[in-house]
Amino acid sequence: MSSGLEDLYQELILDHSRHPHNFRAMEGASRTIEGYNPLCGDELKLYLRLEGKRIADVSFQGKGCAISTASASMLTDRLKGLSVREAEELFEAVHELLTGGHSGPDPDALGELEALAGVRKYPMRVKCATLSWHALKAALSDEQPESVTTE
Amino acid sequence: MSVVAEQVERTETQTGWDASAVRRDFPTLHQQVNGAPLAYLDNAATAQKPQAVIEAVGHYYRRDNANVHRGAHLLAERATAAYETAREKARRFVNARSAHEIIFLRGTTEAINLVASGLGSRFRPGDEVVLTRMEHHANIVPWQLLSGRCGILIRVLPVTPEGDLELDELESLFNERTRLLAVTHVSNVLGTVNPVKDIVRIARQYDVPVLVDGAQAVPHLRVDVQALDCDFYCFSGHKMFGPTGIGVLYGKEDLLDSLPPYQGGGEMIRRVSFEKTDFADLPHRFEAGTPNIAGAVGLGAAIDYLQGLDLTAAAQYEQRLLESAKGRLGEVPGLRILGEARHKVAVVSFVMEDVHAHDLGTVLDHKGIAVRTGHHCAMPLMDFYGVPATTRASMAFYNTPQEIDRLVEGLHYAREILT
Repeated sequence: MSSGLEDLYQELILDHSRHPHNFRAMEGASRTIEGYNPLCGDELKLYLRLEGKRIADVSFQGKGCAISTASASMLTDRLKGLSVREAEELFEAVHELLTGGHSGPDPDALGELEALAGVRKYPMRVKCATLSWHALKAALSDEQPESVTTE
Repeated sequence: MSVVAEQVERTETQTGWDASAVRRDFPTLHQQVNGAPLAYLDNAATAQKPQAVIEAVGHYYRRDNANVHRGAHLLAERATAAYETAREKARRFVNARSAHEIIFLRGTTEAINLVASGLGSRFRPGDEVVLTRMEHHANIVPWQLLSGRCGILIRVLPVTPEGDLELDELESLFNERTRLLAVTHVSNVLGTVNPVKDIVRIARQYDVPVLVDGAQAVPHLRVDVQALDCDFYCFSGHKMFGPTGIGVLYGKEDLLDSLPPYQGGGEMIRRVSFEKTDFADLPHRFEAGTPNIAGAVGLGAAIDYLQGLDLTAAAQYEQRLLESAKGRLGEVPGLRILGEARHKVAVVSFVMEDVHAHDLGTVLDHKGIAVRTGHHCAMPLMDFYGVPATTRASMAFYNTPQEIDRLVEGLHYAREILT
């Protein structure tokens, strides 16, 4: 694979996109939200079950490209057991990672999610990777909208 | 050389079309993208511009720049002459009866909005507009806005799985409340060429005026609005090798004359007081404000450029490219082409099993191949085919069999790494 593409389509990303984790609807979710990327038509539904201020379970369903599917799959893996506050901090760190802000997060803190950094070289693909994260942020917000788009 | 490349090369001799000579007219085609020569297969989004168009725009700004239809000085005269000459070229290009029937606008989208706004002022709740399932959003949303504003109903002519219009059902959609049929000449997703002449004939029997979205037709087909007998025909300069931001609304003179003004401003008036405005005659009544003069000049140059080519040979060549592309793409495992209409321009949309169009687009870009991925502003058609997105390769007369070979290789490669 040519360089750049290798960073984008790492084996870890491809594994998650071929076999996404927590890819299921959830009965009795406390929050559900639809995320939509009007640029490419990707859509996903994110389900959260909260116990108090803690995320007890998280799952998703939807149709999307390898990047958006892998990103959502990794999100669900990572989110289980976090407090709402920790999830919000994670959103900030991932957003920083994907959009390449100046004060980049501590790579160790992100673990597997670091694999998503390959999109930074692909401005057209950043929104694929951020879709599920924007859905998460909206689901945790006080307004709790029913849907969110990347535009 | 591949079998297809050889076949098409023979065809080049047969059709007398020399793609490599034509390519020399287009500066953008000669560049490296991600370390590979650019293969530009996104012509349905926008076409590249020949040197003649780039020069004409530059020349206008370097030498003639002034405002049109005002000013007593020489530059104003030149600019006005250049602008009106472009209008006459556009008239000849679509064979309109009169240059008054040619309105310069930003593009197809604005042209459709102008008609929707003008006709809409006369629509009553319960009036109906007929569209088709294969319309671009530009020919859906303006009508939907009207339905919200004045309560009209939108009826939709279905599409067959092959990607043709269900023409047998057309008459059943017409009734005494039908005020307009708006249909695309060529589908931007499938490449289907619709039988507009037949459609207009049927609509005439019901006294239904017809608007034709010609954006995808003008780069490939000879358009004769009098032969088609349509009431409105809209197209954009940038898809036919001209500049962006310039397009044409053709309308039959009596119909255009009956429409109220679209935007108010300078240029579109005869006399203004605070009590009353007398509006200018066609076409100026619909061209409020300083128009895109350089764009019109560039469009005129694009028309000149096209008319200097052997367009019959170009069309035959494009058809050969299309046949090769369909054949070669069919060999890629898991690939399905959407739309197999009998009459198509050189546009092919496809999906690959287990691979999202967006990922395909990125991998192909890495090989220097530019295609469009997504819903192509035709979401109702995507829904019909049950896909969120497709990959679209759209060709022009400057594309080559070698580029199709590279597209196919790129798709094999993408399949290898992504599945």
